[in-house]
Amino acid sequence: MDPQLLSSLWTATLETIYMVSVSAVLAALFGLPLGLLLVIAAPKGFLPNPALYQGLGSVVNAGRSLPFIILLVAIIPLTRLIVGTTIGSTAALVPLTLSAIPFYARVAETSLLEVDRGLVEAAESMGCSYWQVIAKVLIPEAVPSLVLGLTIMVISLIGYSAMAGVVGGGGLGDLAIRYGYQRFNTQVMLITVVLLIVLVQIVQWVGDAIARQMRRR
Amino acid sequence: MITIRELRKVYGPFVALESFSEEIQAGEIFGVIGQSGAGKSTLIRCVNRLETPTSGTVVVDGQDITALSGPDLRRARQRMGMIFQHFNLLSSRTAAGNIAFPLEVMGYSRLQRKARVEELLALVGLEGKGNNYPAQLSGGQKQRVGIARALAAKPKVLLSDEATSALDPQTTRSILDLLKDLNQKMGLTILLITHDMGVVKHICDRVAILEKGRVVERGRVADLAAQPHSRLAQDFFPQRSQQPLRSGSLRATIAFQGETANQPIISRLVRQFDIEVNILKGSIETIGGQSVGQLQLELSGAETEAALQYLYQQNIEVEVHDGSPAFEQLVDSHP
Ligand SMILES: Nc1ncnc2c1ncn2[C@@H]1O[C@H](COP(=O)(O)OP(=O)(O)OP(=O)(O)O)[C@@H](O)[C@H]1O
Ligand SMILES: [Mg+2]
Repeated sequence: MDPQLLSSLWTATLETIYMVSVSAVLAALFGLPLGLLLVIAAPKGFLPNPALYQGLGSVVNAGRSLPFIILLVAIIPLTRLIVGTTIGSTAALVPLTLSAIPFYARVAETSLLEVDRGLVEAAESMGCSYWQVIAKVLIPEAVPSLVLGLTIMVISLIGYSAMAGVVGGGGLGDLAIRYGYQRFNTQVMLITVVLLIVLVQIVQWVGDAIARQMRRR
Repeated sequence: MITIRELRKVYGPFVALESFSEEIQAGEIFGVIGQSGAGKSTLIRCVNRLETPTSGTVVVDGQDITALSGPDLRRARQRMGMIFQHFNLLSSRTAAGNIAFPLEVMGYSRLQRKARVEELLALVGLEGKGNNYPAQLSGGQKQRVGIARALAAKPKVLLSDEATSALDPQTTRSILDLLKDLNQKMGLTILLITHDMGVVKHICDRVAILEKGRVVERGRVADLAAQPHSRLAQDFFPQRSQQPLRSGSLRATIAFQGETANQPIISRLVRQFDIEVNILKGSIETIGGQSVGQLQLELSGAETEAALQYLYQQNIEVEVHDGSPAFEQLVDSHP
């Protein structure tokens, strides 16, 4: 294989991993507290707050229903504000993260709600404050489920990152479109598809293994 | 130790618990029994204020629980242990981690926790199981962890909501024995909720029977068991014989307790009176450390009436439930 192609495949793989991992970490960091907020403010939560619950819920839903490709283009001014540029992998991080935050907020909400009410009750019977219930019961017990949610999010981010080419973000998807589609290079097309599949498989496998390890106990 | 006055809880128009009052003594095992939906959990949850009562007061060890809130309420809860039907152990922590949980909440140091956890594991018979996760323990072992966790902060009161309902009969017995043991060794006061008469029979000193939020019967378990017509006795002892009555005979249930249970009553009856006695059913149980028995008899003969009078005089509970009108009259006229 031509060494130049090989090196662009390598660069593209690194770009994809960079975009996906950074945006996944950021989305989890912002999404988890939002999910927690939804659980706390819910009608049956610790501190019911209908206005906050409804408001936050609507924002999250809006974020989730917006097609990624539109978000990508629509927030270009915001991207410039945050990272100082509108092209390249780093520029792609902003829309990727923004689209993943509401997704992970819902994942976190569901995972936290899945924790048995009996455990919360037991903790309260031992004199836990709300914060202790959250930190010592809700979050630790939800971890396996949070990890599985993270896996799903990373896999969809790999899919979304293929569209980053629109803002010159690079990555495997971009490579496939430029070489494989626009230049009819079937070989490149095939290699990138295989690489994407391998990437998804690895993520799935690692995520499942971690969750299984934690569930076993 | 626990004083409950006129406790009432409503959910909207639905009355879950109505004017419940009880004085539970220190070192006592008090049982509350009732069908599903009778309001048992509502009652016990009002005692540690997982549920806020609509009205009434609960005083535990001199402290009015109903008047507390915030940090004071949390501290009060730490002085009561609670165990649950489904154990409610954290799956992310080992047995030792679960037992250490309340100590952690109360701010014990790591060293203090470690020592206390070892003590507690030994107390509930789980030496060497400290590093197992709940998923690696049997139901009985999980409940032992639950008990150790509930007792970690050395409470004087233990609340038990159907703690043995998810266990098989043999494991139930071993858990009940453990509770009885803790009760006797540490003077632990236990308020216990169940729908299983066997639990009441096995360890409760006193009991209240709840029905649709109201107490329909209460008293010492041994006393209630010795009253043939009590709900408790009817549940403890076999159903009445339904065979048709022979003419000229009557059917009666006699109940006896303590000393009388050990006396040869039937042989005395037959020797002293001109009657025939036929034993239909009967059993003697040890309830609350006392022998309590019931016999269903069929009596016939010239001196049946006198024989019944004799039984009354011996302070034996007699209930005639099948007989000629003359006998019914006799029973009615008896005080
Ligand atoms: N939060 C609630 N809102 C409305 N009704 C409730 C609530 N909690 C309990 N109830 C009702 O109160 C009644 C008593 O409930 P409780 O849980 O005390 O019953 P229980 O005797 O413990 O029954 P079980 O043996 O099934 O646990 C039930 O009819 C139940 O439907
Ligand atoms: Mg209940």
